[in-house]
Amino acid sequence: MKTNELIDMLGTNLEPVKGGKLRNTLMIALAVGALSASCLMLAILGLPADAVGGDYSGLKILTLGFTLGLVSAGAIFLIGSARPGEPGRKPLILIGGLFFALVSAGGAALVLAHPAAWSGIIFGPQWAACLICIPLFAVAPFASLIWALRKGAPTNLMRTGAIAGLVAGALGAAVFAFHHPGGSIPFIALWYGGSILLCALVGAMLGSRLLRW
Amino acid sequence: MNIRSDEPELRSLMLAGLDGDATAHKALLTRLSANLRAYFKSHLARIGKGPADAEDLVQETLIALHTRRHTYDRSKPLTPWVYAIARYRLVDFLRRTKASLRNVAIDEAEQVLAHDDPSSIESGLDLEKLMEQLTPKARQAIQFVKLDGLSVSEAAARSGMSESAVKVSVHRGLKALSLLAIQRSRS
Repeated sequence: MKTNELIDMLGTNLEPVKGGKLRNTLMIALAVGALSASCLMLAILGLPADAVGGDYSGLKILTLGFTLGLVSAGAIFLIGSARPGEPGRKPLILIGGLFFALVSAGGAALVLAHPAAWSGIIFGPQWAACLICIPLFAVAPFASLIWALRKGAPTNLMRTGAIAGLVAGALGAAVFAFHHPGGSIPFIALWYGGSILLCALVGAMLGSRLLRW
Repeated sequence: MNIRSDEPELRSLMLAGLDGDATAHKALLTRLSANLRAYFKSHLARIGKGPADAEDLVQETLIALHTRRHTYDRSKPLTPWVYAIARYRLVDFLRRTKASLRNVAIDEAEQVLAHDDPSSIESGLDLEKLMEQLTPKARQAIQFVKLDGLSVSEAAARSGMSESAVKVSVHRGLKALSLLAIQRSRS
């Protein structure tokens, strides 16, 4: 086929294109993902006994702040990376800052605590549940984000996949936090933060396959 | 790709094309195809690939520029967007053809320069063969709207589909075609 024939064909009966569609698609995917993660949480764990308030409400707010911060920064990054070109580094710096703040706070809390109490703090109740449930709740949001990103044209597939995994993991963690707020800041940093990073790692590996176009 | 000096003109063509101006869209693709050809040729010459491969890439990239034009942010310059897509297609092409790089001849540089008349070069893409692999609906929609030049409403009347179904079929068909084109050169 000659190139001018192709151009003729592509230009015939051209349809106008509306702007802003890509952003809306991603936002819808995020909402659908959050909703399905919540439904899965309710189906598996049931209604949380003390969704609002309760013994650990301070830590719950901290976890929600951390995870939803990751979701917002990650979503902004994804809107940028769904388009060809450089998405800008500000959201990545914000994500790094959130992790840094949480890990520093966790480290400080450990230093202040007696070393004999460390294993109790780190392997607090439900650490294994964290590690299983957060990636499990992240599956649906990850799938919907990948679906939306495939409507765009990401050019850095591994990085885009990693952030999609991170956002999905953070959503899963936010949903999980309603049920099991971590017992301490080091616990949240290790098991919530770690699970989210695990999701980002899996996302990076899957991204370079799933996002190809 | 040295298209930065043409940026304002190319960008206004792009914006007009996004609003549905077919002449502007064709003019844009024609202008860009020259830039893309030079860009791909210079990269492929280094690994001993000829003008036909470059033309494959030009066409794959043109289809990508067309089917992904909704990813262009109207408030931003056009050049980086085009370059990012061209680079993505080039990297993808190099990865696909990695296996065949070992038995590449080095002395084909003259041939590259000799074949500089774009109208004489055919890519390896055979539109009719690719079309055969589409779903009947998409094939018919593309045939009517994109090749025969029927309006969407005429195509809808003739095929018995609704107008929006015709538009969706054309869009999906073009995306499928670009995928088929890439898979063809992958094998």
